[in-house]
Amino acid sequence: MTATATTPATGRTPLPLDVEAVRADFPILGRTVRDGKRLVYLDSGATSQKPRQVLDAERWFYENVNAAPHRGAHQLAEEATEAYEAARATIAAFIGAQPDEVVFTRNTTEAINLVAYAFSNAVTAKEPEFRRYAVGQGDEIVVTEMEHHANLIPWQQLCERTGATLRWLGLTDEGRLDLSDLDTVVNERTKFVTVTQQSNILGTMPPLAPIIARAHEVGALVMVDGAQSVPHQPVDVAALGADFLVFSGHKMLGPTGVGVLWGRAEVLDALPPFLTGGSMIEVVRMEGSTFAPPPQRFEAGVPMTAQVIGLAAAADYLTALGMEAVQAHEEALTGYALEQLQAIPGVRVVGPADTVARGGAISFVVDGIHPHDVGQVLDDQGIAVRVGHHCAWPVVRRMGVPATTRATFYVHTGYDDVDALVEGVRHAQRFFGVDGGEEVR
Amino acid sequence: MKLQDMYQEIILDHYRNPHGRGLRDPFDAEVHHVNPTCGDEVTLRVKVDGDTLTDVSYQGQGCSISQASVSAMYDLVVGKSVPEALATGEDFMRLMQAKGDTSVADELEDTLEDAVAFAGVSKYPARIKCALMSWMALKDASARAWGGPAA
Repeated sequence: MTATATTPATGRTPLPLDVEAVRADFPILGRTVRDGKRLVYLDSGATSQKPRQVLDAERWFYENVNAAPHRGAHQLAEEATEAYEAARATIAAFIGAQPDEVVFTRNTTEAINLVAYAFSNAVTAKEPEFRRYAVGQGDEIVVTEMEHHANLIPWQQLCERTGATLRWLGLTDEGRLDLSDLDTVVNERTKFVTVTQQSNILGTMPPLAPIIARAHEVGALVMVDGAQSVPHQPVDVAALGADFLVFSGHKMLGPTGVGVLWGRAEVLDALPPFLTGGSMIEVVRMEGSTFAPPPQRFEAGVPMTAQVIGLAAAADYLTALGMEAVQAHEEALTGYALEQLQAIPGVRVVGPADTVARGGAISFVVDGIHPHDVGQVLDDQGIAVRVGHHCAWPVVRRMGVPATTRATFYVHTGYDDVDALVEGVRHAQRFFGVDGGEEVR
Repeated sequence: MKLQDMYQEIILDHYRNPHGRGLRDPFDAEVHHVNPTCGDEVTLRVKVDGDTLTDVSYQGQGCSISQASVSAMYDLVVGKSVPEALATGEDFMRLMQAKGDTSVADELEDTLEDAVAFAGVSKYPARIKCALMSWMALKDASARAWGGPAA
């Protein structure tokens, strides 16, 4: 599934995607920033820009079909339901899943919280079938030190609510996942393991197969955080072998406000609901209610219908480009950027230094200039990057840096963008009077 | 809008050679403030004698704006009464809310001294909180150390 365990890419190898043609699909790339400068958008890891096809799909829904799906008997309601469920099928196919295993949430964060709250709701569920995945004292939940806050804090909180214990796999000095104690950290007390497929700050892609195999060996469920992987590489849930996969629409060219929880049918069936209310019920009486089967059980209230339609358009757009091509495109850019950035004296990449088992999130520090100030000088040149701890505070602490500057790539990124970044970093060094880490004035 | 408007030489000087840096004893209150979106942090101590701020000592890490701001603040407030220092903080807040309006900077030049150089920061909304962090810490520490004017 990960085509990256080959020879590291270097130099300007031909890019698989036609960058100019792709850019023409993104209206926002036509605007200028900071006094007429071309927008060099290297912050897709935070949120991606949207192609016209996605915007058109949302507009089409509102202008032609808009109604609440799964309610009402009028024609619009029927068409809205049909469009919503067709979109679910498209998004399911994008990850090789069955439609009924795809639950729409607000974003990755909510998808993770849904599962965490379902586990603690299982503790007090009156229905015996919903107690299967209850966690409590003596049980262990395993995360990694590489996780985004969204895949850490819900589990800290679950442990605080239930008395379960949180354990984690650590990082190596190079920013790889340390699996040396996998067999002790994941043990017969482990009920649940969750791990990112690609670190949002280091770019590291941890080896998932041994983690998933070990978790299943001890009878634990496994979640993969695909927020930074599903937009950038082919992901097939059958090949992945996990029990849950979560990702966000807005990081994969789709609208904000829609994310996905994929869960194995058997597992979703046994989970109690997180949010309750309309449309997730079977029978409601004043004394108590029963619940619909998945995915409806986890979709209370009128859903983000237009956004789901938009996300399906994004999946179609990416499928047309080809996810293998998207991955190869970013790998070429990543190899070139790593090479160019590390050739600048005083610049240090935080995370893997080559493209082996690594995605396109590149964090770096510049000696003598705080990451925030690097980002500010880049912004002045029209280059949008992210600065700070990237919602992964334990990672920056472990890597011994106060914060980083991070560039992330996507389908519209070209070598000209990487060149702009590299020149921008050199400009920041001149601006702050540091060169190769030595102050020159 | 020029980047140099924000990164005034006087700010970079404070960043490279901070005034009054380091945590000192004795002190009456110590606070730790962070900027959770970017990880900037400052630990700040105040020593109050009567109603006078006799020392402000600090340690921190963060961007040039946040670290220069605490250095410039040190110059401004040590030796002042707590109410005067807090009033200066209010003036600095006004400067940060000026959205680059130079008349506010002109008006506050005498009271804010070096800190008026932060006027350019007000044009960058994402950076205002960097400049304000130390002033918030001072307000917090002063409130803990000083109960108000003697009855």
